[in-house]
Amino acid sequence: MNSINKIKENMRNGAYIISAIVLFLSLSISVHSQRVAKSEAGSFLLKGGTLVTVSDGTFQSDLLIKDGKIASIGEALPAGDATVIDCTGKFVYPGLIDSGTSLGLREVGSVSLTSDHSEIGDFIPHMEALTAVNPNAVAIPVTRVNGITSAIVKPSGGTFPGTAALINLHGYTPQQMFAGYKAVIMNFPSTGKRGWRDSRSEEDIKKDADKALKNLNETWRKVKLYAKIDSASVAGRKSKDGYNPSMDAMLEVARGNRHLMIEVNKKVDIESAIKWVTDNKLNAILTGVKEGYRIADKIAEAGIPVITGPVMSIPSRQSDKYDIAYANAGKMRAAGVKVALRTDKYENVRNLPYEAGFAATYGMGTDEALRAITLSPAEMFGVDDQIGSLSAGKLANVFVSDGDPFETRTDILHLFIGGWKVPLESRHTLLYEEFLERDPGVKE
Amino acid sequence: MKYQIIFICLLLVDGLYGQSLSGDVLIKNGTVLTITNGIKENTDVLIQNGKIKSIGEGLSAGDNVRVIDADGMYVMPGIIDAHSHAGIDVVNEASAPNTAEVFVGDAINPYSVSIYRALAGGVSVSHAMHGSANAIGGQCETMKHHYGEEDPETYKMVGAPRTIKFALGENPMRVHGEGNGIQPKSRMGIEQVFRKAFSEAQEYQKAWKTYKSGGTRVAPKLDLRKQTLVDIINGEIIIHCHSYRADEILMLMNVLKDYGVDKICFQHVNEGFKVAPELAAFGAHASVFADWWAYKFEVYYSTAYNAAILTRNNVITSINSDSGELIRHLYHEAGKTQKYGDLTDNEALRLITLHPAIQLGIDERVGSLEVGKDGDVAIFNKHPLSIYAVAQYTLVDGLVRFDINEDPADVRLDVNPDEKIPAFHEIDAHDHHRCMEGVFEELFSHH
Repeated sequence: MNSINKIKENMRNGAYIISAIVLFLSLSISVHSQRVAKSEAGSFLLKGGTLVTVSDGTFQSDLLIKDGKIASIGEALPAGDATVIDCTGKFVYPGLIDSGTSLGLREVGSVSLTSDHSEIGDFIPHMEALTAVNPNAVAIPVTRVNGITSAIVKPSGGTFPGTAALINLHGYTPQQMFAGYKAVIMNFPSTGKRGWRDSRSEEDIKKDADKALKNLNETWRKVKLYAKIDSASVAGRKSKDGYNPSMDAMLEVARGNRHLMIEVNKKVDIESAIKWVTDNKLNAILTGVKEGYRIADKIAEAGIPVITGPVMSIPSRQSDKYDIAYANAGKMRAAGVKVALRTDKYENVRNLPYEAGFAATYGMGTDEALRAITLSPAEMFGVDDQIGSLSAGKLANVFVSDGDPFETRTDILHLFIGGWKVPLESRHTLLYEEFLERDPGVKE
Repeated sequence: MKYQIIFICLLLVDGLYGQSLSGDVLIKNGTVLTITNGIKENTDVLIQNGKIKSIGEGLSAGDNVRVIDADGMYVMPGIIDAHSHAGIDVVNEASAPNTAEVFVGDAINPYSVSIYRALAGGVSVSHAMHGSANAIGGQCETMKHHYGEEDPETYKMVGAPRTIKFALGENPMRVHGEGNGIQPKSRMGIEQVFRKAFSEAQEYQKAWKTYKSGGTRVAPKLDLRKQTLVDIINGEIIIHCHSYRADEILMLMNVLKDYGVDKICFQHVNEGFKVAPELAAFGAHASVFADWWAYKFEVYYSTAYNAAILTRNNVITSINSDSGELIRHLYHEAGKTQKYGDLTDNEALRLITLHPAIQLGIDERVGSLEVGKDGDVAIFNKHPLSIYAVAQYTLVDGLVRFDINEDPADVRLDVNPDEKIPAFHEIDAHDHHRCMEGVFEELFSHH
């Protein structure tokens, strides 16, 4: 009897211990702010909001999300089995697109082993940013709760540091996040100073740049030759042997089927880059383009689109007017250049609407600035049938706000990516909830 | 001859500290955001001899006084940045864990266009700080943005209390422990740097007291490093401490308690939100970024709601720049606290006006629009917390130092004849914080 009772008692204690462990685990999960809630699938009817479609004007209407898409837009849409979300007095926007980031490629800036945005080598276009995107990066929820639903993730480094990809900010694998667009990154030889401690003379800088351009042209000659051999081998006229991943990664670029994103910033370099692109008949996008305002007509004339930013940055020359970096995007747009904006960040991509807000304020105007982070990049990347505006049939990348998303007082109220209703949680919001009214407070 | 020299000296002194650094202005019909006394519509602000003479309706001034028509505009106190490295030539004296004796005021560069660019964002006062390489870095200078003056001395805010930079965590650990193989290599070591410095200062003070009371005939060896720590213990210097993690913030408060020091503003203080009740209980202040995080491990567990949590826990909080770019739009950075924590307009504006003034010990002079205070004013075309706001005028001591209608094509005061068009910089080092400038630049270009 005694022994049985003892066993029973032990079991009871065991049960207590287990329930204590369970309780402890659940408490520790709620305390540690490591995770965000799961997204919700289903149909959603956004009722009575003001739709800022970007493509077709701004008007009051319902919007139905179904099967991951914007199923329909119209007045008094039947709800059916959809969850109805009252959007009266609210605004419905297409998800914002950041056209240049290292989101998901970098976790902690100063800890190099948490950074995957840069590889060793000068001609390595086969390095795929998409491979190294961490779908569980803490910065991804931090970013999307501000209405950013898509981003270009790009490698950086030498002349050809790798291949960038467009991702949607929701999914458990890079493949689920991939939004159907890639581009090869290139850094155009620069005649600017690398930093304040770059002590090279003007002549030396020029010499270095000339040499780099010569190398680039030699590389390009090889790329074209390789593409010719490849075409011949595909046609069965020649055999192509050996493993050459960097050259293979350039084939679609050489054939004009894939963009070359060319980072170039100084006026004379932009001029050279335009000539280089035109001479080689390339399908290119210029990125950075800090001094684009000084040569905007020529960029427009060449018909090359531009991704610029961060808008909030310091002028590149001591003599520049204080607001020129803020005004650059607007000046290029006014000259007829197709412009998209980027933050060029990994941790604060969430500031994209404010970057656009500054561009808007300093000459671009609100409509054009909004376009530069929605429809313009979608068109640039050839995915405007999928994202970039509120239009039936497009992917349901949508957010609902209580005002102009460029204003810091505006809150995002609902967020959808690919039709998933994404919780508005991130490490930042969870820490707020945990610590606003800390308990225990001060222990005396 | 002797009298002539004295006369010339007087002229020079008059030139430096006289009328040239203060002026008269009448700002008409603005929406005046006083910070301490509500919002006043259609109100004038009269500044005389660099001081606010009156705030009210229908004010008038003498014939020669410049009148600014602020109809439809917002008039607020000049913005104050409690953490800046703009306008200084060097940031770090990274030669020892304690270099309390060095002084940023010895490195002011009046030709730095970054001062003008800060003015263009409405900033009239900044706290030019030593960097964060050392646990005890050096003394800082509170500057008035008198851009246009060529004498570095004119930038000093006369009468502002002395301040000193302390630094905790990764930066001093990296520079001294990892870099030089000496303590501190850990947060344990950093605590002991402070305890040693304060204890030696107490010994030093005792030795001088003994000597002065005739206890010894030989005076102690003069030591400015120790004397600076004595001045901190005596409450003559406000500590501004670069810090991130909750544990190190608690550590320093415990050390300060032991030495009877209570004037402290924690800088950056990304995990201040975790110990907000302790900060409030100590009476410590916090000067934070609006949303910077993840650039190093000690800021990985940050939240952009930091300023709001600190504010709600009654910690005097400001938002600073530590960056040549952020200093240009502190009004926007303050606006982010409405996104992250729903601060009211006045609470948000206090973060860049009255609160940094309190933290620098200059709130009797600046930080709000009140009669008798300095004529430091920023005028915006829209409400300054709106993304669409653009600074139109910035006044320092009643002188218009930025006027958007008279913004020169090139504001440089010194132009190198060999480089008429200055070089284009692909990467602007000044774009980011300069806390670690001068220390292994190429390896540690982060905060």
